Amino acid sequence: MMTLSRWKIIAVVLAAIFGVLFSVPNMLSQQTLESMPGFFPRQQLNLGLDLQGGSHLLLEVDTEALRAERLVNTLEDTRVTLNGEGIAFSELRQQGGEITLRTTDPAQRDAAVQVLRNTLGVVLAGTTGGRDITVRNEGEAGIRIAFVEDAMNAEAAKAVEQSIEIIRRRIDELGTREPTIIRQGVDRIVVQAPGESDPERLKNVIGQTAKLTFQMVDEGADMAAAAEGRAPPGSEVLPSEDGLTPFIVVRRRALVSGEMLTDASQGFDAQTGEAVVNFRFNSIGARRFGEATAENIGQRFAIVLDGKVISAPVIRSAITGGNGQISGSFTPESANDLAVLLRAGALPAPLTVEEQRTVGAELGADAVRAGQISTGIAFVTILVFMVLAYGGLFGGISVVALLVNALLIFAIMSLTQATLTLPGIAGLILTLAVAVDANVLIYERMRDEIRAGRTAIAAMDAGFSKAMSSIIDANVTTILAALIMFQFGSGPVRGFAWTLSIGVLTSVFTAVLVTQVLLALWFRAARPKTLPIV
Amino acid sequence: MWPLIKILPVKTNFRFVAFAKYAGVASVLAAVASLFLALYPLTPPCGGLNCGIDFTGGTLLEISTAPKAVDLAAVRSELGDMDLGDVQVQAFGAPTSALVRFQTPEGESSEQAIAEVKTALSGALGEVVFAKTEVVGPKVSGELFQSGLLALGVAIGLMMLYIWFRFELQFGIGAVVGLFHDVILAFGFIALFDLEFSLTTIAAILTIIGYSMNDTVVVFDRLRENLRKFKKMPLAEVIDLTINETLSRTVITGLTAILALTGLALFGGPTLFAFSVIMIFGVVIGTYSSIYVAAPVILLWGVKRGDEEAEPLPVRA
Repeated sequence: MMTLSRWKIIAVVLAAIFGVLFSVPNMLSQQTLESMPGFFPRQQLNLGLDLQGGSHLLLEVDTEALRAERLVNTLEDTRVTLNGEGIAFSELRQQGGEITLRTTDPAQRDAAVQVLRNTLGVVLAGTTGGRDITVRNEGEAGIRIAFVEDAMNAEAAKAVEQSIEIIRRRIDELGTREPTIIRQGVDRIVVQAPGESDPERLKNVIGQTAKLTFQMVDEGADMAAAAEGRAPPGSEVLPSEDGLTPFIVVRRRALVSGEMLTDASQGFDAQTGEAVVNFRFNSIGARRFGEATAENIGQRFAIVLDGKVISAPVIRSAITGGNGQISGSFTPESANDLAVLLRAGALPAPLTVEEQRTVGAELGADAVRAGQISTGIAFVTILVFMVLAYGGLFGGISVVALLVNALLIFAIMSLTQATLTLPGIAGLILTLAVAVDANVLIYERMRDEIRAGRTAIAAMDAGFSKAMSSIIDANVTTILAALIMFQFGSGPVRGFAWTLSIGVLTSVFTAVLVTQVLLALWFRAARPKTLPIV
Repeated sequence: MWPLIKILPVKTNFRFVAFAKYAGVASVLAAVASLFLALYPLTPPCGGLNCGIDFTGGTLLEISTAPKAVDLAAVRSELGDMDLGDVQVQAFGAPTSALVRFQTPEGESSEQAIAEVKTALSGALGEVVFAKTEVVGPKVSGELFQSGLLALGVAIGLMMLYIWFRFELQFGIGAVVGLFHDVILAFGFIALFDLEFSLTTIAAILTIIGYSMNDTVVVFDRLRENLRKFKKMPLAEVIDLTINETLSRTVITGLTAILALTGLALFGGPTLFAFSVIMIFGVVIGTYSSIYVAAPVILLWGVKRGDEEAEPLPVRA
């Protein structure tokens, strides 16, 4: 073991060079880094959100709402279809995710089933006319309409994909730097945005469905009934945010909707100076809106965003150009946010914020400072302790090994861009402390062997070879614990586990190999009869 | 005198095993007390532990009114009337900082609740900086709790498998009893000092598991070697010999870890304080359990030595 083979020296020297080269960028300022020659590594430690400040959001796509919406729409379609065919029916209702009804005349049941089968739902891709909705004739029990489960799941999965895309567009529009948006599990999305100064605004921009529709106001509705939430068939009562009335009754059928917008931007009203959102329809939207406004001059239409009426202006003339303006009680900022949302498109389903962790940049900077101080103190403490315990030579050698270890950890963390979190700093300190354990094991073995009457060289040899199995066993247990944390933990805990794992690997390398090479060099130079630790 | 290692006696002859009976009683008592503290009252999800929002769900705000000290009484009275469930206000590190925890009221979104609380606090305290905001929804908190417990279970199971694989079944049992001892006492410690039980706490406990195993394995490694070397020596004496032989290593490594972690506890800031204190406790208890729990359990059980089965020896008082 103590024979100094060339590859060991080369390995140690290479590791030291690697460690220095890749950890040095962390000690240089951004300016100095940029002026370095091309081969010089530029990657610095990748600080977690808890150290650099920022927001972590875990969002869940409400696929249940998607199904509920689908159910309501299908119910409405069923009503319209049967009315159109002149088939009378009763007991049209939804229960347990399905729709049931009876035809008034049992003889018309077959005809009703046939027409519903041909109109409801959409044809599935890759099938010959198979639809995502099944219509069953249950004889006396009536007609049962259900959704095909696989198709529903596929639709939910697609909604999650679309949501990710839309969130990305919205965040890009806000100008947040380097956001990370990833899917987690079936219906969850993780958004990480470093340095966002206002997490509530971020949350608003991400979390709003932004479903925009233009619907006619139902002026004929009974206001007393509407106050109790009842509306005539084909109409609905919506809360109003125009500041004039608490609610407005509108026709369910949308004249035009947000998908037909091509552009939206924040502006100011020429007369009032209020902040407004200017928008432009695509050709289909412009035509429909033009026709609808031409037919309804003098009446009001409602601009509905996510189930709330923003404003309900009176149509003074047909609006045919395809341009329009939404006014309401906007500030320039909220008008801008709405424009961003309209440009990026509506979410296919509502999102709920399941988890949020936001750290201010200042708090992060404090944490970094505390981490630096405590890492430095821990390092010096270990250094002093080891030199006191084992003397200048053996203690010193273990400190050199520890230094190489620390450099290697920083180098690997920088190179792999692994995230360093606040608990990760604790992991680093613990790693440094436990790293000397391998040295201690080796030294204690050597002491035993000297006491057993061996020569210095034989004791050193035996020290390394006999301590090896303990060192391996001891470190495997730590790695196991770290792997479990990585598997089950989230964010900061994962950072801790990652730092711990890297530290364990590098510490075995340095404590065994670096120590060995240094001791062998010393032995070759000094030819000692005994070891200075006995 | 220097290096200090020379002060340590070359060969110690402590009769550890002789005290194992008393240590065993003390350990059992401590474990029972810890279980009681950690579990009672049996309210889900955390029992007697000071449950963080990671597991209960809710909102946590870290506020700072620097350079003024936070008027905790004003914060309490302001939020007390807001129907926010279990409101907790505590000082955090410097007197200019505080933590506020609350639940989201029924039928309100967490965004609304946070906005209301922020407005109320700004009204009551003047200039307030909201340094940190954490919101955990009810669904996620349940999942985090489950996966946290699962992680602890899997960690203990894997360690047992590893020891069983590397040593023998009896060693595995000894190690696992030691492990349970350490984990239960760590929970007792957390409950006793009312430290927050959160994901970070679970990470600290997992680290304790790693460290405790590390320590146990070193002792076991030497024990196995000595069992082969001294085939005729009574088991109790082999255990004593082993613990004495590894004692200097146990002490030095433990001291290094405690020194480094003390630095972290003192200078690492309030977030890491609880984390480091729990780990310091874990290092102490892990060292103790390697000597007084894991090895004596092997003594109770007996262990295979070469060809003949060693008879389980009564613990000599």
